[in-house]
Amino acid sequence: MLIGLVGGVVAGLLGVGGGALFVPALTLGLGLSQLHAESTSLLAIIPVALVGAWRQRAHGNVDLRTGITLGLLAVAGAAAGAAIANAVPERGLEIAFALFILVVAWQLVRRAFREEVPAT
Amino acid sequence: MAGLFSGLFGVGGGIIIVPLLVLWLGLGEREATGTSLAAIAIIAAVATAVHGAYGNVHVGEGLLVGVPAVAGVLAGTQLQQHISTRAISLIFAALLVATAIDLLL
Repeated sequence: MLIGLVGGVVAGLLGVGGGALFVPALTLGLGLSQLHAESTSLLAIIPVALVGAWRQRAHGNVDLRTGITLGLLAVAGAAAGAAIANAVPERGLEIAFALFILVVAWQLVRRAFREEVPAT
Repeated sequence: MAGLFSGLFGVGGGIIIVPLLVLWLGLGEREATGTSLAAIAIIAAVATAVHGAYGNVHVGEGLLVGVPAVAGVLAGTQLQQHISTRAISLIFAALLVATAIDLLL
């Protein structure tokens, strides 16, 4: 599956799971429902994240303690987040999150032009 | 925090974890993306187990997407070692903007 391959490249390049690309591949390409596609994409993410982390570790780019701590905290946080998500209007959440990540994007761009570390 | 957002918005944790590591904990871009993948491996494993218990996980389809994606992540991590950290940040910012537009539409 080409989308899987592309999703993997994005995952490795940017340190994300790749689920944003896996989900449409599973719904549009393989005919899964949205819920089943989101759940199944998590399974696909496991080997991607493991192999990506393993390769990055070989390059000295993994802070394993921070990674494991964040992973465990995120699991705890996800339960709380799911409870909140069920209690507030979905559209409001989407707009709030969109605005939040736009601010984060702006911060990353500003930072990128403040300092430059050349490629190795 | 990332988990809170992940649960709240149903997005993968990486989109929050990477900026969190860069902007808040002061990691470099390469370290942030590598560390993020380690955290995501844990998050995805737990989430798969939970959704699997509800019978929502299709193993065959997951492998069909996941196996080529593993080849992709090998290429992606290798490629990342050869581009500047500024480029990584800018591409990541573009991903955030694309996600925001997708959410707003």
